[in-house]
Amino acid sequence: MADTKTGIGASVRRKEDLRFITGKGNYTDDINLKDQTIGYFLRSPHAHAKIKGINTAKARKMDGVVGIFTGEDVAKDKLGGLICGWMIHSKDGSPMKAGPHPVLALDKVRFVGDQVALIVAETKEQARAAAQAIVVSYDVLPHVVDVAKAMKSKANVHDLAPDNRVFNWSLGNEADTNAAFAKAAHVTSMDIVNNRLIPNAMEPRAAIGSYDTGTESYTLYTTSQNPHVARLVISAFHGLAPEHKLRVIAPDVGGGFGSKIFIYGEEVACVWASKFIGGRPIKWTGERSESFLCDAHGRDHVTKAELAMDASGKITGMRVHTKASMGAYLSTFSAAVPTYLYGTLLSGQYNIPNIYVEVDAIYTNTAPVDAYRGAGRPEATYVVERLVETAARELKMDPAEFRRKNFVTSFPHQTPVIMMYDAGDYGASLDKALAMADYKNFTSRKAESAKNGKLRGVGFSAYIEACGIAPSAAVGSLGAGVGLWESAEVRVNPIGTVEILTGSHSHGQGHETTFAQLVSERLGVDINNVLIVHGDTDKVQMGMGTYGSRSGAVGMTAISKALDKIEAKAKKIAAAVMESSVNDVEFKDGTFTIKGTDKKMGFGEVALASYLGHKFNTSEIELGLKESAFHDPSNFVFPAGVHICEVEVDVDTGLTKIASYTAVDDFGNLINPMIVEGQVQGGVAQGIGQALLEGAVYDEDSGQLLTGSFMDYNMPRAANMPHIENFQLGFTCTPCPSNPLGMKGCGEAGAIAAPPAVINAITHALGVRDIAMPATPLTVWTAMQSMKIAAE
Amino acid sequence: MSVVKMKLNGKAVSGDVEARTLLVDFIRQYQGMTGTHVGCDTSQCGACVVHVNGKAIKSCTTLAVACEGAEVTTVEGLAKGGDLHAMQAAFKEHHGLQCGFCTPGMIMSAIDIVKRNGKNVSEDVIRRELSGNICRCTGYHNIVKAVQAGAANM
Repeated sequence: MADTKTGIGASVRRKEDLRFITGKGNYTDDINLKDQTIGYFLRSPHAHAKIKGINTAKARKMDGVVGIFTGEDVAKDKLGGLICGWMIHSKDGSPMKAGPHPVLALDKVRFVGDQVALIVAETKEQARAAAQAIVVSYDVLPHVVDVAKAMKSKANVHDLAPDNRVFNWSLGNEADTNAAFAKAAHVTSMDIVNNRLIPNAMEPRAAIGSYDTGTESYTLYTTSQNPHVARLVISAFHGLAPEHKLRVIAPDVGGGFGSKIFIYGEEVACVWASKFIGGRPIKWTGERSESFLCDAHGRDHVTKAELAMDASGKITGMRVHTKASMGAYLSTFSAAVPTYLYGTLLSGQYNIPNIYVEVDAIYTNTAPVDAYRGAGRPEATYVVERLVETAARELKMDPAEFRRKNFVTSFPHQTPVIMMYDAGDYGASLDKALAMADYKNFTSRKAESAKNGKLRGVGFSAYIEACGIAPSAAVGSLGAGVGLWESAEVRVNPIGTVEILTGSHSHGQGHETTFAQLVSERLGVDINNVLIVHGDTDKVQMGMGTYGSRSGAVGMTAISKALDKIEAKAKKIAAAVMESSVNDVEFKDGTFTIKGTDKKMGFGEVALASYLGHKFNTSEIELGLKESAFHDPSNFVFPAGVHICEVEVDVDTGLTKIASYTAVDDFGNLINPMIVEGQVQGGVAQGIGQALLEGAVYDEDSGQLLTGSFMDYNMPRAANMPHIENFQLGFTCTPCPSNPLGMKGCGEAGAIAAPPAVINAITHALGVRDIAMPATPLTVWTAMQSMKIAAE
Repeated sequence: MSVVKMKLNGKAVSGDVEARTLLVDFIRQYQGMTGTHVGCDTSQCGACVVHVNGKAIKSCTTLAVACEGAEVTTVEGLAKGGDLHAMQAAFKEHHGLQCGFCTPGMIMSAIDIVKRNGKNVSEDVIRRELSGNICRCTGYHNIVKAVQAGAANM
């Protein structure tokens, strides 16, 4: 039978861990190919400048230099530019203004770090020395880094967008929403800033590109969350080579958080340039400084948001206007983030009859902004949960009860902003969180903190997100350039071991374990006899990769569908071998039995029989046991939950400590609770990081990134997180009706939920209406000074 | 160029290195041991932590020539035979890793923390002493649990 210790619902220890804890991981930078060269990128020191000329003569003669490539070389070879794969139309119907995004800068640089030339040499030291010998003449142009100022700036990032506006998008019914506000008994209005973040997966991006002159084909090893999407884009849009002549391999990848979804110039340049140096592989490993400068950043919204309520405290409308920075170029999925991943979530967990949102997406002379853990949904949740908390305070209602009063309670629920919530029980999560957090005794804890010179506050975040991204037809109608299904292939070997090929990609999520649990449960196979294969376009035919908390709900459902076919085929073979009708075959716990008889065959025996072909008519039943499936979800999945944060603020220093954090999440059915908890813990840490520590800062005068290293950009450390006993996780469960496993996504929830919970707690502690993220000691202390909150 | 000799995971190794060659590059590129990682360029992230003569150091900020004659242990040198080191086993048991990139440095730092602070090292001390190791995946919760459990079994 399926060993319940390794089946669905068991906290199986991870199969992939052994290689990571013994130093045997296989990350891109660990790979070295024969005759490999080293690539290094010369980058723009200016935020915005015309390139007048690039003199590489001296550099080309230097020791060890194999080749130097510039934007002109790229253009000469007609290699296509980088694309944004999601088309957004403005409310006036006009298409978004997508400026050129060359693989290497051509004519102009648009942010500090923009790649200007690829230097290829025998060693990194030689490449770096040669880069320093390249003379680039720049005509410096006016620049703008602040999204709030960019539409009125004299800087013009792309000619086709004179006011730097990429699009002016809207969703919802403006007239009805305005009418709701006109009738409102109370309106809460806020200016809300969502700080710019830098993803900082611990493994910097890296690539090894090579060209085989014998087969005229390319291979790219790369730190990608979606190698098949990379192959598709590099083939179809850059036009490097057709798909069968381009293999993309994403081996072990050291974290992504969105930043490794995108197709970047560096990776494309390495694989492209290899052809011009006789096919020698070119390896580029990004330095952390390059990660800071050039990986796509996240968030960076400036928003005006309003909530309308009737006299009883029922929400009647929401109106939102957001300025979203896109950076200097439109990155791969950037246009979707402040639109369909943002506006569609503004209803939160609440029954809000009228919503209207307008978004100006704006170019700035900064790194491109794209999806970062949560992608649009953290920004939406921050707006909703800051508004709701503030409204409750203004109405002098308990923030928990104000939320409860406005919760959606019947399903399915159609929001005014596209989404159809399919299942949930928000009150159950709230009740559980209130109990776990011991909310009723908060005042006594507050008094205790006060005795120690600390201000204590409590903050809520009742978040919802739409993930399991996403139904292909739905996203297609909204402008996506791809469908967001997933594929799976199940190969049963003759002795009954199983190989699963998946289009998902694991870079920390533990797919090698959770996917194997599903197979173990379904086929009764030992989990150690299941291999999960991913991350190589030569092995897995096609897939859409891992982001948007989709690998469980979409990727595992594809596996489940392929397993259905395996089971059906195996039943036919078992029936034939045991000389019975297929209708009488039952399959349970890895054994096929014939109803009403003592005949039985193990799964391994049937697998062997399927390849021998001795005991059934192979003209009636095809040999072998191998099936594949594609799964296109019928809806998003809607994880939701309630997080409660308590903080203690030191009155003397402004230092905020997370006194306790309680997360209650409804992810539907869990496959591996240990891994799910790990996802929540990590997500919450990133959310606490956004709220208290992290923030990308560009200098307005120079356009330089001031937070360009781990010494300037404050990453969460172990001591910033709550103590083990003060960080509680709980779950409620309403199974998702749109997939057979009843799963929702869990990867992004923590990062979505945490920022408003923390900021609501700090503002509660201080008695202020708002405080900017990151709420550093200086920010908090300054707020206390202006409020004249002082130590007794 | 000069020849540097050291013991790496118990084995005598040598290499002809430049004066500026970093220990991490000597380990990864000259010796082909890629368990030790480079996650930053400012000595902050700790993915490169190894033990030199029994002490945890950041190999990205140590010159290879400065380790002449030293005994260097990397994550590859922890398991004895087929037996994992108690700290390695604890990281697996307590789900103290996700993407695995920071893990070698975390484990090497954790062992050092326990050696200096004893089996009953407190949560506060663990959290403070891990300030030189950054993890983006786990939120540290399970890393701290793993270090406590590993400490008890060391």
